[in-house]
Amino acid sequence: MFNLFIKKNYYGDIPEDNAGGSTAASSSDTKHEWPLWEIFIRSKQGLDHKHVGSLHAADAAMAIENARDVYTRRQEGISIWVVESKYIHATNPEEAESLYDPANDKVYRYPTFYDLPDEVGHM
Amino acid sequence: MNSSLIDYTLHLADNALILAQRNAEWCGHGPILEQDIAITNISLDLLGQARNFYQYAAQLMGGDTDEDKLAYLRTEREFKNCLLVEQPNADWGQTILRQFFFSTYQYLLYEKLEHHKDEQISAIAVKSLKEVTYHLRWSSEWVIRLGDGTEESHQRMLKAIDELWRYTGELFIPADYEKECGFDMQPLKDEWMKKATAVFEEATLPVPQKVFMQTGGKTGVHTEHLGYILTELQYLQRTYPNATW
Repeated sequence: MFNLFIKKNYYGDIPEDNAGGSTAASSSDTKHEWPLWEIFIRSKQGLDHKHVGSLHAADAAMAIENARDVYTRRQEGISIWVVESKYIHATNPEEAESLYDPANDKVYRYPTFYDLPDEVGHM
Repeated sequence: MNSSLIDYTLHLADNALILAQRNAEWCGHGPILEQDIAITNISLDLLGQARNFYQYAAQLMGGDTDEDKLAYLRTEREFKNCLLVEQPNADWGQTILRQFFFSTYQYLLYEKLEHHKDEQISAIAVKSLKEVTYHLRWSSEWVIRLGDGTEESHQRMLKAIDELWRYTGELFIPADYEKECGFDMQPLKDEWMKKATAVFEEATLPVPQKVFMQTGGKTGVHTEHLGYILTELQYLQRTYPNATW
């Protein structure tokens, strides 16, 4: 009934069939494969860096240049962040139920029960 | 019109066009996807620079000359590009080294041309300098990575230096039209040597000494390679004159 197991999942090692992003290289090739980097771009009008994709590069400088060449060709952005994929920790899709469903019926958490005086204007 | 200015503009255009054509040969064949895109982006940047210069040259020449005629209908002896840009791609290392040598030169050249008395030339230089700044950064980092990389990459870079060093001297030996429309190349050459030496040091690559420098490209005397490059470049226009789509 209670399947309690603690499994730490890193983005890079969620199995290919569940998440993708990994290449077809077998584990014996991985030491020759360049690391995978996740790319985040902030657009001209934007405030936050958005995830746009990933690429392989040997080091951070190359990752930034590759991202500039691949992801800003059409003026998509003015700022680039690169993070090696192995440093991104993500939730496991299988845990989605217990993580996110409980918020479904807790409407009291929304800030809609206050009457705002007119003087405050639009918050 | 001032024929030296026309020749100088054509020289700047031809340099960019021939290197663009060489880099474009990597399209679809790059060692890895992102580098395929990088080298073809650089090729397109150079092509854009070439077009700007050709359009200006056509304007100076007048008549019904246009950029297409200048690019597609001139023959080898009429091209004024330096010999360096027509050298073969060989392997990635040689392509990188060629780009590094040329981009360092272009960077310093365009910096000077931004203050050229001809408004059009200086305008083109201002725009192009941004592109070339990136080409220089990209190629220097690759020279360092390959030079100070594995045993194999180091060997390939040594071979590339052997192949290309003899064409770097020509960049700073001015043709007559350059003497008239350009400026003193000696400070440029010194800067270039400083930059190349610094990068080579980081890349654990030796700077060659006492190599005889090949010349001739700027006055139309090219290596055999240019014939093949122009054949590919001009084939369509020559076979189907005035073709458009």
